Amino acid sequence: MYLKSAYEIRDKYLRKDMLPTIFCPGCGIGSALQYTLRAIDDLGLNPDEIVWVSGIGCSSRVPGFVNFDGLHTTHGRALAFATGIKLANPDLKIIAFMGDGDAAAIGGNHFIHAIRRNLDVTVILINNFTYGMTGGQVAPTALKGLRGTTAPYGQFENPFDIADLAVSAGANYVARWSVFNYLQGINSIKKALNKEGFTLVEFLSPCPISFGRRNRMKTAPELLRWYQKITVPLAKAKKMPPEELEGKIVIGEFADRDRPGLVREYEAYKRRAKKMMGWEE
Amino acid sequence: MRYPFPVGRSDFIQGDEAIARAAILAGCRFYAGYPITPASEIFEAMAIYMPLVDGVSIQMEDELASMAAIIGASWTGTKAMTATSGPGFSLMQENLGYAIMTETPVVVVDVQRGGPSTGQPTLAAQGDIMQAIWGTHGDHSLIVLSPSTVQEAFDFTIRAFNLAEKYRTPVVLLTDAEIAHMRERVYIPQPGEVEIIDRKLPASEEEAKFPFGDIHGDGVPPMPIFGKGYRTYVTGLTHDERGRPKTVDAEVHEKLIRRIIEKLEHNREDIISYDAFELDDAEVAIISTGIVSRSAVRAVKILRERGVKAGLLKLNTIWPFDFDMIEELAERVRKIYVPEMNLGQLYHLVKEGANGKAEVELIAKIGGEVHTPMEIVERVVG
Ligand SMILES: Cc1ncc(C[n+]2csc(CCOP(=O)(O)OP(=O)(O)O)c2C)c(N)n1
Ligand code: SF4
Repeated sequence: MYLKSAYEIRDKYLRKDMLPTIFCPGCGIGSALQYTLRAIDDLGLNPDEIVWVSGIGCSSRVPGFVNFDGLHTTHGRALAFATGIKLANPDLKIIAFMGDGDAAAIGGNHFIHAIRRNLDVTVILINNFTYGMTGGQVAPTALKGLRGTTAPYGQFENPFDIADLAVSAGANYVARWSVFNYLQGINSIKKALNKEGFTLVEFLSPCPISFGRRNRMKTAPELLRWYQKITVPLAKAKKMPPEELEGKIVIGEFADRDRPGLVREYEAYKRRAKKMMGWEE
Repeated sequence: MRYPFPVGRSDFIQGDEAIARAAILAGCRFYAGYPITPASEIFEAMAIYMPLVDGVSIQMEDELASMAAIIGASWTGTKAMTATSGPGFSLMQENLGYAIMTETPVVVVDVQRGGPSTGQPTLAAQGDIMQAIWGTHGDHSLIVLSPSTVQEAFDFTIRAFNLAEKYRTPVVLLTDAEIAHMRERVYIPQPGEVEIIDRKLPASEEEAKFPFGDIHGDGVPPMPIFGKGYRTYVTGLTHDERGRPKTVDAEVHEKLIRRIIEKLEHNREDIISYDAFELDDAEVAIISTGIVSRSAVRAVKILRERGVKAGLLKLNTIWPFDFDMIEELAERVRKIYVPEMNLGQLYHLVKEGANGKAEVELIAKIGGEVHTPMEIVERVVG
């Protein structure tokens, strides 16, 4: 793959008057953003036909920095807003940029129902195991034992595996990478953007400031080494016994299917309604 | 355009049904909701009608989502509505605040029932007056309308859409279980017979750059809807005229919030509506809203027959509230009675308006039944 320079991508898609971003040094959100923009660029999508939506959190600030129509909503509700946008104007392509707390805690119910409906949306989910914006409380993705300001002695609850959850709920495309898997990341976003229905690309993303600092990984490289230790590619994971997978995170492509999306289902429903009422043959 | 119900003639329908039909005539093409008594019939009617008129009707996972979805729809330029009752309305407050902050035209119907909590699901109440006005947090304003008949439920729904579009604001139609389920004769106009207002769109690229400014000097910026190439960023954070977040700038916050409130305050005459019965020579005034006004009309007639110079002020708009008008009325009458189906919500507003110029007495009733005219009469004659 030929990679355009980061400057070119920046100049083409970012809002200059909004820079610099709010992101801390070493934060992975910028990388995930760059991959998304590269995917849009590679596919040659028309920015006028794309709407970015988000909830609240560091990750959710992304729509403010990109020069597209954008709806920065309330904490956890991005996908509910997206449902209205998409059904009211199916010509718009929707990218939802969300945090793990945003998507899986406060927004958990919207998340599973958007997937159940197969809402036509591409979710870029930043999983940093923490609530970055509010300063490092535990997120529902935090592995057992990880520390956060609200679990100072180490998380005692079980984590959500977001990708697993999305596959079970019926998403058309689900992939998970760390932000250091940039080629896989970009390719996955491209696949996701090209598909109808619900598509999700989850990124393990370093948050050195709110998360790393509290878990003895103060810098992005330390977090990178930790990701290398805890992530297992899907093919390898399939051959591993469950005990060995304990505390590990599987990365790869988990679902790639073509169930009809919500827009197509609703179009068919409208036709059915008109037929049943005798308005149309 | 073909309508899935008769137009240009009267029909005998329930309040909830009237609201659904009016919404469709007003141009509503997106409905998102979550079932709740006594508002479900609005949803059920929308579910039948919407696909037929190429609109959307969708059952969301909860009221938070319903409110979110209609705001999303509105940003594509589509007129959108949701309907609920007290407990669901509580859940909508977060995103109702978002709609106010982002100046998104939407209509929210709250068919009141007895509360707090799940309270009396099937019985009427007027316990959400304060919730409708002040339910969401922060300094804000919105429009609240209150019908007292099925015909008014119909007419006020159309008005709610028109006001929402004209002022880029959420409008709450505050009705109740009694009107929702009562059947009355309603005139359903032909589409051309009623005035339908659509939101102001940007006339140029330049105008679209200020989606939260005041380029026309009327406090209502044109709304650059999504998908037109304007690249608009909408946020619930405090933002400047261009929509850029400015969360710690006191001046930006003050300017934004004051404009949002003043765009309604400066148009009070257009927004505020009321009906006066026998008030010209009245010595005693009754002030009421919604379903209770019907008993109050009868009460005034009985009182007049008994030689008491009574009159009624029926409030059709509850917010913005006309405090000045109440004060003027208080200067003319000896006493004001406020019958309402709660323990005193409208009463507080009236008392503040009266400003000590007349005695104000609450006639409260809770439990699900509307005041009888005699209950009001007896309190007035003592
Ligand atoms: C209703 C509501 N509850 C709580 C908050 C406070 N809050 C802001 S961001 C956030 C969590 C963000 O974490 P996450 O979604 O993981 O995103 P990150 O900042 O890590 O990218 C919380 C709890 C809020 N804004 N709204
Ligand atoms: S707090 Fe964490 S997630 Fe937020 S910007 Fe900083 S590093 Fe990134």
